[in-house]
Amino acid sequence: MSLANPLQASFAESTARERVLQLLDAGSFTEILGPSARVMSPHLSQLGVPSSFDDGVIVGEGRLGGQAVLVAAQEGEFMGGGVGEVHGAKLVGLFQRALRQRPAAVLVLAESGGVRLHEANAGLIAVSEVMRALLATRAAGIPTLMLIGGANGCFGGMGLVARCADHVVMSDAARLSMSGPEVIESSHGVEEFDAKDRALVWRTTGGKHRYLMGDCDVLVDDQLGAFREAALQLLGQARPLTLEALEHEHALLAGRLADHGDAADAVDIWRRLGIADAPSVVNLDAAELRLLKHPAQEGAQP
Amino acid sequence: MIWTDLLPGLFGEHHQVSREGELLRGTAQLDGQTLAVVGTTDHAAIGVELALAQARAVLDTVRDHPGRPILLLVDTQGQRLRRRDELLGINRYMAHLGLCIELARQRGHRVIGLVYDQALSGGFITSGLIADACYALPEAEIRVMRLPAMARVTKIDESRLAALAESNPVFAPGVENYVAMGGVRALWRGDLAAQLRDALAHTPTTDERARDGAERGGRRLAAEVAQRVAEHPAQA
Amino acid sequence: MSISHGLETLHFSFTGTQPAGRFAPVLVGVVGSGNLEVMIEPLADSGAAAECRLEVSTSARGFAPIWRAVAEDFHARHPLGGVLISINDMGATPAVVNLRLDQAVAQMRSAQP
Repeated sequence: MSLANPLQASFAESTARERVLQLLDAGSFTEILGPSARVMSPHLSQLGVPSSFDDGVIVGEGRLGGQAVLVAAQEGEFMGGGVGEVHGAKLVGLFQRALRQRPAAVLVLAESGGVRLHEANAGLIAVSEVMRALLATRAAGIPTLMLIGGANGCFGGMGLVARCADHVVMSDAARLSMSGPEVIESSHGVEEFDAKDRALVWRTTGGKHRYLMGDCDVLVDDQLGAFREAALQLLGQARPLTLEALEHEHALLAGRLADHGDAADAVDIWRRLGIADAPSVVNLDAAELRLLKHPAQEGAQP
Repeated sequence: MIWTDLLPGLFGEHHQVSREGELLRGTAQLDGQTLAVVGTTDHAAIGVELALAQARAVLDTVRDHPGRPILLLVDTQGQRLRRRDELLGINRYMAHLGLCIELARQRGHRVIGLVYDQALSGGFITSGLIADACYALPEAEIRVMRLPAMARVTKIDESRLAALAESNPVFAPGVENYVAMGGVRALWRGDLAAQLRDALAHTPTTDERARDGAERGGRRLAAEVAQRVAEHPAQA
Repeated sequence: MSISHGLETLHFSFTGTQPAGRFAPVLVGVVGSGNLEVMIEPLADSGAAAECRLEVSTSARGFAPIWRAVAEDFHARHPLGGVLISINDMGATPAVVNLRLDQAVAQMRSAQP
């Protein structure tokens, strides 16, 4: 399907490669260790699983609004976006590159189940190395932005990495969490979490809920252009880690437990957050939800 | 090893660590220097409360005792698998613990992780694995997932995984594999106090795990690939 | 052709009448279930200006005759020379394989002056 304006295309339905090309200024993207370099997984073929020429992650440099940025985009359709040895190393290298180049931001278009189970131990260590490398970039004052808009969501170790970044942008096509509903259901039964109840799954971990809770900074429509706009607004906005900032965060998280620790469902939490018609949240679009959250800022950017 | 044997093994009588539920917290003295000790026991499932409690202990140390080394004791079955924790945003709680440890490191606190019993999957990414380095006891158990569960999720025959696990450190559970891959810096055998003393004196503050994995042969590509991405010539 | 316990790799070679010339590598598709990725690159060997080489790595074993038929049909549609076409496949149908191959060629052509 070709649109008059490709920026209107669905972010969720685009490949990682398409997302990067539309997110950045036209023609500005240069991929590093692209597919023809054939830097691939050394582990998958032993399991009879096909590899991907870029090991499921695109990394490179380009421009956003004329400013230099580094970008990574995980391909959720390959191994669920899971992080393996090479995939993780490409992300680590990108953050290390940021320390040298000092871009206006490092953008990670995250779509991942977390550790790539097929690479088990290598994947777990890789995720941890990505986290350390992101934090070193953050310590150097370079903003790190997570753009989470893929249908597979951002889970596991990548769900942790996401909350280590300066900013998180989500659409409601995506979810951000730790464990997937299937894992929870198989652990504690369907009464605990019915993984087939799509509405429940999205209320619990989807973009709208995360936005209302404050676990993502910006909620956008599922559109390439919307993610691009949101990223443009966040360039240059680093949030240094300080004791004061973490004490504030701690108080927020402790308060959340006190206020919502006994909530049975997201709708209860939305109600307690002061949303008049809480069940209607699922029918609102991103702009309407932004108004709900910031009623005094009608017309202003979130 | 259980924590009530571990602490005397490390500090003799010189520790004031106690447990509150599955949380371990307190202080200990080594060579006249006081350390903060934070961790979990009973193969704890890390949920929002336990992540927050550990973060509190780290923040208190940073606030009240600048420069005090921190020892993270890891015994976990992984993150708690409950809808409530996901609803409340457990990934943010666990990331918060990781950020608190990162703050401590940035402010000059030495942070040493020790897996003294179990470490499964996501449970120790923002505790042991975010320290300056993570160590383990030889009898500790470290893995991402049990083979039967891995077989179910990957849809690969369990016997095939088990066979590969014989020869490939990537698939096999076990501390030796994590050492070979650089994930664990070393195993602590014998005199635990001496091992801790050495770790406090010699653990690098930069992430050396990929380089260790290459040198030890367990992870041959990671360091080289990261370096290639970092050093690739810039475009104008 | 080799069949290991895991992936099957297949190689085909044709002589083409349309030299592709120089171009930046092209990649289409994703290695997901029922899908494949196709990369087209100029063939590095000098003197291979007429060769079209196709290399397939697939998790769906035992379909060599079908791959040969698809490859021959493709070469009949696009008798390219001087190209290496590399495929990572996870059980795509011939229809999807043909689609990706044609998409890749179209992308290659659209980028050329």
